[in-house]
Amino acid sequence: MEKLTYFVKADNLAKRFPGANALDGVSFQIGQGEILGLLGPNGSGKSTLLKCIAGLLKPDRGRLEVLGRFPNRETKSQIAYLPEIDYFYRWMKVGEVLKFVSAMYGDWQWDRAKELLGFMNLSEQQGISSLSKGMRARLRLVVAMARDAKLVLLDEPLSGLDPSSRGHIVDVILSEFKSSEQTMILSTHEIGETEALFDSVLFLEKGTVRLMDRADTLREQRNLSINDLFKEVYL
Amino acid sequence: MIKINFDNSQPIYAQIMDGVRKALVRGDLQPGDKLPSQRDLATSLKVNPNTIQRAYRDMELIGLVETLRGQGTFIKQEDEIVESVRTEMINTMVRGFILEMKSLGCDTATIVTTVAHQLDSDYSQNNITEVDPPVEGKGDGRWRS
Repeated sequence: MEKLTYFVKADNLAKRFPGANALDGVSFQIGQGEILGLLGPNGSGKSTLLKCIAGLLKPDRGRLEVLGRFPNRETKSQIAYLPEIDYFYRWMKVGEVLKFVSAMYGDWQWDRAKELLGFMNLSEQQGISSLSKGMRARLRLVVAMARDAKLVLLDEPLSGLDPSSRGHIVDVILSEFKSSEQTMILSTHEIGETEALFDSVLFLEKGTVRLMDRADTLREQRNLSINDLFKEVYL
Repeated sequence: MIKINFDNSQPIYAQIMDGVRKALVRGDLQPGDKLPSQRDLATSLKVNPNTIQRAYRDMELIGLVETLRGQGTFIKQEDEIVESVRTEMINTMVRGFILEMKSLGCDTATIVTTVAHQLDSDYSQNNITEVDPPVEGKGDGRWRS
């Protein structure tokens, strides 16, 4: 396959829900091997944007290219998407969840899944209904990172977790991300803990791009951490 | 070996380069020493691997390190490298100090006499000696020498 210049390319993307413009003309590009931090207050359109890229929502207008084409079944098979909310069947055990998911994706890596499970202090025998919120979030990350997906989309992977779970998740994102072949978009409110992960950051506000640049360029220009810049931008 | 207390308001790649410079001047790294692999350093510092790559590339461009194909990245094997890095760090620090002093309205003579006075005074003789600040987070209150 020829090398793609951009893994995701959005041009004037819009998505309207009854009563609200979730996305209102979003344009941006992200290249191979980059980690993009998708930042913005609640309701700014982060989840909607990720769902459009994942192929779960169809934009009303604008152009969207993911891995070189409009999101379809083939791009979906190359995308690992971690949703913000739980989607596991409560009656399953952890091991059953992994078997269930592994059957859906050709790029599933059992070795890595088991290694990640151990690192996250989870075991295959645990029942989903007995897992705490933090443990379920860890399991969601195991499921997203145990694949060889070209594009990894993480929607609020740290939201509502205790510090040790957050630390574990940041460690796994760093150790498993393959910058030579993968691209990642990560939405979060926990900017202080994640900003060293980002190549670039995109600030969304009311469905539009408020600011996008390389993280180190912004630090150089403004003498501010991304966390402090966030507070300044959304003051 | 390379430990950095990150200040997120400054570019991270530049802080990694400074971390290597400091390790070299302190003697934690020697000319010819091998740097950690980019991946290992990214994991241990909890920093994006592309940022490490940029720091390594820039250190190569300024002649601080060299990458040998298939072997890794090494501090350049040159005797004068430690001295030149030390001089460069000192100059940068002094330039910054002078700018700060001038922004406070000090002229050259005042800067020179103030520095001389501080160096001469008992206070500095006894208290500003070569000690590292206490290790952050350990909090046992003792000074590391």
